[in-house]
Parts: sequence; C-alpha cells; structure tokens
Amino acid sequence: MEPHVLSNLITAALAILLAAALLRARRDPLWRGAGRELARRRPIAVSVVALYVLIAGLDSIAWVDGHAPGAKAESGTLQGQARSVIDRLFPADFQERSYSAPLATHELYGEEPLLHPGKHLLGTNMIGQDVLHLTLKGARVALVIGGLTSAIVIPLALLVGVSAGWVGGRLDDAVFFVMSTLASMPTLLLLIALIMALGTGTTQVCLALGITGWVGLARLVRAETFKIRELDYVQAARVLGTSELRIVWRHVVPNLMHLVLITFALLFSGLVLSEVMLSWLGIGIDGSWGRMIDQARSELSREPVIWWNLLASSTALFILILAVNQVADAVRDVLDPRTALEAL
Amino acid sequence: MSEAVSPPLLRVEGLETYFPIRSGPLRRITGWVRAADGVDLAVPAGKTLALVGESGCGKSTVGRSILRLEQPRAGRIWFDGVDLATLAGRALHPYRRRIQMILQDPAAALDPRMRLRDAIAEGMQAFGIGANEAERTERVAELLRQVRLDPGQMGRYPHELSGGQRQRVCIARALAVDPELIVCDEAVSALDVSIQAQILNLLADLQQERELAYLFITHDLAVVRHIADRVAVMYLGQIVEEGPVERVFALPAHPYTRGLLAAAPSLDAGARGRPAPVRGDPPSPANPPAGCRFHTRCPDVFDRCPRESPPSYAVGDGTSRCFLCDPEGPSR
Repeated sequence: MEPHVLSNLITAALAILLAAALLRARRDPLWRGAGRELARRRPIAVSVVALYVLIAGLDSIAWVDGHAPGAKAESGTLQGQARSVIDRLFPADFQERSYSAPLATHELYGEEPLLHPGKHLLGTNMIGQDVLHLTLKGARVALVIGGLTSAIVIPLALLVGVSAGWVGGRLDDAVFFVMSTLASMPTLLLLIALIMALGTGTTQVCLALGITGWVGLARLVRAETFKIRELDYVQAARVLGTSELRIVWRHVVPNLMHLVLITFALLFSGLVLSEVMLSWLGIGIDGSWGRMIDQARSELSREPVIWWNLLASSTALFILILAVNQVADAVRDVLDPRTALEAL
Repeated sequence: MSEAVSPPLLRVEGLETYFPIRSGPLRRITGWVRAADGVDLAVPAGKTLALVGESGCGKSTVGRSILRLEQPRAGRIWFDGVDLATLAGRALHPYRRRIQMILQDPAAALDPRMRLRDAIAEGMQAFGIGANEAERTERVAELLRQVRLDPGQMGRYPHELSGGQRQRVCIARALAVDPELIVCDEAVSALDVSIQAQILNLLADLQQERELAYLFITHDLAVVRHIADRVAVMYLGQIVEEGPVERVFALPAHPYTRGLLAAAPSLDAGARGRPAPVRGDPPSPANPPAGCRFHTRCPDVFDRCPRESPPSYAVGDGTSRCFLCDPEGPSR
C-alpha cells in the first residue's frame, strides 16, 4: 500500500475513534461535566490544541492528482506525488533555489530574483523550501510523536500496572524490579542506545521514547489498582459472582481512566520536547520542528543572520507545548478526584 | 418463648481466620491477628442473627469469611448442607448467588462510574439471570420498586443519590440474585437515624416477603433489638454469649454482655442498679489473654478465669462462655 493511502486510512480511523470517544463521553455525565469544565477554564488553550490537531489532520489526508491509481510515479518529481490538504494551500512548485528572507523578492545570497517574489511569508530555507509550509507540516510530526508514543505507553503501562497491582505477589515484585531498573538508568543514555539498536525513523524513535516513558504511568496505575482492589465495590462485585477478569475490565480500568488521561496530557508535551533534544543529537525524526531548530543552529552564525527558520519552528513548538501544558493542568484539576469533587 | 426447631440455613463451627503480621526486611510472619478464633454460630432460615461486639472484635471478619472474601484457616461453614470453607473457584460460584452482602458505606460499595441499572444488573449477568438485557432492565425496575425507589432513576450515577437511596440500591443489587442469606455488615451504621429506621423497616419487610435470613453485624444494640431474632455477642474473636434477643437483653448471662448493655446510651436515664459499663480497651487480638479472654476487664473475675478458658455453657436455648454459667458451679 502506498504511504499516503495508509496515512489516509489511519487518519480516518483516528477521526472516527475520536468522534466515538467524544460521543461516548457526552453520554457519561462525569466525563461530560469534566469536558464542559475544561472548555470553561481554558478556552484558548483548548482551541489552540484543536487547531494543531486540525492542521495535523489536514496534513495527513493526501491524494495524487491526475494520476491513474497503480501507475508508478517517477521518483523525485512533483508529478504523481501525493499532496496533502496543507500542501495544496501552496502552489505545487513553491520552491526556490536557496535562502530567502520573509517576503523577499531576491535570494539572500547572490541576489537572483525569486520564482515567487514576495510570496514566502516566512522565507525559505537552505534548499529553497517555504518555511511556513514546513512549519505547518511539522505539526503533524509533533502530534505523531506524542500520539504514537502514547499509543505505546498507555496500553503497556495499563497492562503492566494493572496486572502487577491486581495479582500482586511475585509478579508485582518482578514488575517492580523492572520498573526500578528502568527508572534508575539515565533516560537520555537509554534513548540513544535504543535508537542505535532500533534504527532511526518515526516508529523507531517513538518506540524508544515509549520504552523509556512507560514507567511513570505504570507506577501510578499499579498503586491505584492496589487501592481499588480493596474497595468495597470490588468486594461487592466478587460476592455478586463477577469473574476476576470482568472485575478488572468493568470496575478497575474505568476507574483508572482519569489517571490515564491526566498522564497522557502531561506526557505529551514532554515527548514532543524529547524529540527536539534527540534532533539536536542528530537522531530525531525528519520534518520535525526539532530538525528545523537543529538546522537553524548553524544559520544563526551566518552574516546576515538567518532567523526565520528558527523563529518559525520554535514558535510553533512553543505555542503547542504551552497550550498542551495548560490543557494538561486543567485536565488534572478537573479529573483529579480530590479537586474534581468540587466541580461535580 | 421458644422457636420452631429447624436445621439452620447457615452453621459456622470453630471458624478461625487469622491475619499474618509481617515485619522485618524479609517480611517474615512474626505473629497472627486472631480476628476469628473458634467462632460458632447459626442462622436459621428466614430469621435474623445479630452479631454484636466492640470494633476490632472480629465480627466483620466472621462475615467476610462466610462470604469467602477471606480464607479461613480452620473451621466449617455449613450452608444448606455444604461446607463452604472447602470450596473455591467454580465450585463456590453457585453459592455466591445464595449469600449476598450489604456494607456499611453505600458510597464506597457502588462503583462511581457505573449507572444504577448496570450496578444492580451485575449479579444477574454473572449468574445468567434474565434472558437478555431488556429482561434484566425490567427486573432492575421491579427491584427498584421493591426497595421503594423510582425505577426512572436507573440511568443515574451513585453520586446523584443520597446516602439512604444508595443503601437501597445496594439492597436491590443484593436482592437481584435472589439470595437466601444476606450478611449485613454495619448496614445502617453510617446512615442518619431517621434513614436508619427506614432501611431497617425495609429489610424487615423484605425478610417477610422473601423468607430472607440475615446475619446482621453491628455494634448498635438499639438496632439489634429492632431487627434481630437472636443475638451473638463477640469478644476478641470468640462468641461469648448467644441467645434469643429478649432473653439476652433482659437477662444477660455473660459479664461482657452486661457491660455492653450498660454502656449503651439509653433514654431511661437514671436507671438504678445497672451494672457498670466495661472499662478499658480490649487487649490485642494478636496476643489474647490466657484463660478467659475477658478476665482482664471483667468485674466478676475470680481465680479460675485466668487459668482456664471457659467452654460454651448452655443457658436457656443459648450459650455463654463464662464460668459463672457452669452448671457444676463457678469454682471448681
């Protein structure tokens, strides 16, 4: 399957899942109340996050123009390449030969006239790509890093944490040992080693981030499961003849979901920032803001200074992280049982 | 007064449930809390046995052992001719349906993320009662009516209800599987006095309608008088006195029972000639006193008490673990 078709399918599936989750949450007064409270407390941050999600979503839907399906496209040419909705906001050949400043009419070096004078709102980079375009495309990469890693971390942490907390005994001892061992290794060292072993690439980097990132949530889940296990409603379920597996599924996991959501929101920005750090070390993901920032590093020492690349990518990153953190704090306030009780 | 003699629905014999005390870096077992240490009791079908005692005396452990939420280390739990203490897993499952429980705190006993309908239908699902969801919903509505709640509330969540309403939901949930015995562990202790009376009356009505037996665990003697047919008084993991409520309240045979009755606040204040309430705190169940367990606090203690452990002597159609009730005379 061609990559863009896969991407379209995944995007569609995620959109359906998101819609289903939202619909389900709307029917549950606890979640509905929390959602309403979240929108009331942080309307701007929530909108900003939604905007990033929208941009990333639009960048994930791509198709090929005037091109019979199945026919091989010539590599390297624009013809026959899938272009996303975001790509289509820009002309197909929206590229110069080299650096140009924002809204410039000539190249920065050599004074050659640009192909699209005055059109590059945020200038172009070393190989003449439009910086605004690249920045917008970076949103998708950032969300993929946070999303895919969370998709690895959350099920893993839930599985490990719940089974350790529920079964206890030897299994718990073993899990606890693994978690302590992982937690006592320097994260950065472990990340570099994992990426060395797994290779670079989006999936591999996310996998590495996932392997280093699941311990915190698993610990929380384990402790909470320990607590829930002794609660009256679990005992009542047992007396009512409910099987252990069903008790875990019907009583334990739903009562952990607030914890998972809080951790996801807090984890997300950390993951995006980790990728920036990895890019700086040269093991990041192509097309990420981290890569753009990394490239811009050397450009700052040029004369005249090339600032637009760095400014665009780091501002986009900063706004996303700020908004996500604000939403995460609000999510915690709204869902944490200790503070949530007042909200309900 | 005498009761019709029929084999009891539940008979507990010599029940021992200990909890390990672990200490040290290796978490080695260094001692045992003897929460239930040789408990005998019987609950007749359709009747109520109240199990009373101070907090920490092990009365909840007895209830939890009967429900097999704790594993007893010794003793027999005869229910309808079968020893539940030896059953586990699949073999135990059918008996779960016949013994249910109601707990003290209805807010904790209901999953906050579960609607009332699903909470009440949970046991039905586990036992395959009702052919489909619609039929179960129908039954849930009927159960809600039986506990005097509006069936229209079945889509609600526990936090939307009051304490009394929640306890009614817990009762409906227990009734959903048609039990024969319900272990009520301090089932009304957390409720307002006015609500307490409502719930007790509801339980009494349900007992009449459904021939239910209750093991009613409580520390509240007023509640015992209200609901129970027989009462068992527990002290430090043992039943010290058992008998019909009227007899035990009028003529307590054991000094501990007398002390408990004296300690209960009463409206006829100034009643003279009442014995003094029990003094001091109970000893640790990890290290119970030798001889009679009550001798450290007993007002009637004499030389035999610290030396020997009293057996259960017959008193009327009940029992008492006190040498004063020895038919051969207290001192020997």
